Amino acid sequence: MDIIVCVKQVPDPETPPASFRIDPGTNKVIPAQGIAPVISTFDELAVEAALRIKDKHGGKVTAMTLGPESARDVLKHAMAMGADEGIHLLDAAFGDGDGWATAYALAQAIKKVGRYDLVLCGRQAADWDAGQVGLGIAEFLNLPSVTPIKKVEVSDGKLGVERLVADGFEVLEVSPPALLTVSNELGEPRYPTLRGIMMAARKQVTTWNAQDIGVEASQVGARGARTKLLRLFIPIRESKCEIVEGEDVVDAATKLALRLRESKII
Amino acid sequence: MTEYRGVLICSEALQGSLAAISWELLGIGRKLANDLGEELYAFLPGRGVQPLAQELVAGGADKVFVADDPRIEYYQTDSYTALMDGLCRQLSPQIVLMGQTSLGRDLAPRLAFRQGTGVAMDCVELSIDLQDRSLLQTRPVYGGNALAVLKTETKPQVATIRPKSMTEAQRDTSRRGEVISIPVNVPPGGVNFVKKVTEEVEGVKLEDAEIISSSPGGGAWGGTRPVCDSGWLPAQLQIGLTGKMVSPNLYLVVAASGSSQHMAGCSGARNIVAINKDPEANVFKYARFGVVADYRQLLPPLTEKCKELLSG
Ligand SMILES: Cc1cc2nc3c(=O)[nH]c(=O)nc-3n(C[C@H](O)[C@H](O)[C@H](O)COP(=O)(O)OP(=O)(O)OC[C@H]3O[C@@H](n4cnc5c(N)ncnc54)[C@H](O)[C@@H]3O)c2cc1C
Repeated sequence: MDIIVCVKQVPDPETPPASFRIDPGTNKVIPAQGIAPVISTFDELAVEAALRIKDKHGGKVTAMTLGPESARDVLKHAMAMGADEGIHLLDAAFGDGDGWATAYALAQAIKKVGRYDLVLCGRQAADWDAGQVGLGIAEFLNLPSVTPIKKVEVSDGKLGVERLVADGFEVLEVSPPALLTVSNELGEPRYPTLRGIMMAARKQVTTWNAQDIGVEASQVGARGARTKLLRLFIPIRESKCEIVEGEDVVDAATKLALRLRESKII
Repeated sequence: MTEYRGVLICSEALQGSLAAISWELLGIGRKLANDLGEELYAFLPGRGVQPLAQELVAGGADKVFVADDPRIEYYQTDSYTALMDGLCRQLSPQIVLMGQTSLGRDLAPRLAFRQGTGVAMDCVELSIDLQDRSLLQTRPVYGGNALAVLKTETKPQVATIRPKSMTEAQRDTSRRGEVISIPVNVPPGGVNFVKKVTEEVEGVKLEDAEIISSSPGGGAWGGTRPVCDSGWLPAQLQIGLTGKMVSPNLYLVVAASGSSQHMAGCSGARNIVAINKDPEANVFKYARFGVVADYRQLLPPLTEKCKELLSG
């Protein structure tokens, strides 16, 4: 089974909120000092899902990213985990796109790859939290899709998939080629091994620009976007927490209980 | 050129009633339609849902489009997208709204892209820009660290709303509206439904609970992602951006750092009480009361004192 996994580089989502800053002039996040960007959490799990299939059934896993120069790191990360190849969509024209523009570019690149049975994405990126690019790719490529999933297994050329819903999960059978988005219920992603890291360092990644994937600059990035960002800001949260203290823990507990009662919370 | 008018919501039913999200969709949908001076349409898909059409009218819909068919009992991407796409072609609504639910997360992007338009997911505020009559969409981004205001420049403007973020519509049975049945065609697709596995957790439903604790005790129980990922709690009890949205009277947050992604799930909680051994923990920024302590030492006397107060 040949699998393409779309991965995105994001500011570390575990950055302490106190270090999170926005430049109101550009409506952009100011990278936090000393905190390196990472592969988006759910995308790493999508890589894991692909590798589990490869471990059992063989085939090729290709990681694909759209992003600036630095985004090559997330391809290398996927390759160090075990992906065979990396494709980097790199062009100034791709910058500042919305879900539409990004999905369009990725779909065109996937078409160019041509051979694939499965496309995997994370359920949502840890920066914009939108969860629309995967489904957009499916729509552009006219693929069946399931989102978000916690399990995928291959048997008799079909995909057995478990889709998360509010009160449990649905068991579905999907005919490839298809697109799935992966959630954390899949389980832990593997760590890159030292050998994996060394192999990934030696491997080249393929770089494609807008022309390579046959798109006009006006169809992608900020110019291709359907949805425009008007304002990005940090909401003001008035912190008015009453810290309950006591002579010891038991006293603090007693005081807290009394305050909760006085405030009619219990 | 097509003239886009009106607001279309995709309602959801749950065990023979309209789901809570449907009342929120009616609430915000009616408001936006009023601001535009246009109609509110509601789509009602499912099995045996016909009797709920009048509820949607009572909640403010001018026209209800019902697709009642056993083949669409469960949400399925291909059939639901085809139905909504058909309705959008027929009605040309300016705005299409759904819940940020299992259904909306999947359907909204698929529908929007099929319609050649953009989509704003998980909005917590929607309003009409009086200058050009288009929809302004506010949604949390970066795990809730920031808010983004977006405008989709193509039509229809598609958005999903975060559960518990909008005011529910009032039920008024004197309202009049039209109910229209629409035919269901299930297109052959690449996804076959095999079965549904329900993993309901015993006790009060998290979304309805008045008291929630992230540690065993009274009330319902919910937790952070690491707690669920490690199997201490079932996945259904994860609270947060990618888990459940809750709005209890009291949320007792025990030994959770207060990451923005977790707190996104309880912004509707009326009282947050935090217990954390780290005085700098982010959770105290959200809490009304806090204690800096090791929960293992604090919880036993706290439970005892609360019991004493409640029985006395
Ligand atoms: C896109 C995305 C979506 C996400 N969605 C969700 C989501 O829906 N829900 C969610 O919860 N998370 C979500 N996360 C993860 C989130 O970023 C955090 O990693 C997670 O919420 C942290 O959980 P925690 O507070 O339990 O763990 P930690 O960050 O490890 O914090 C543990 C806390 O417990 C305190 N503590 C430890 N021992 C004691 C003790 N004995 N007594 C008192 N205090 C103690 C520590 O001081 C610390 O503050 C998401 C992340 C991403 C990137």
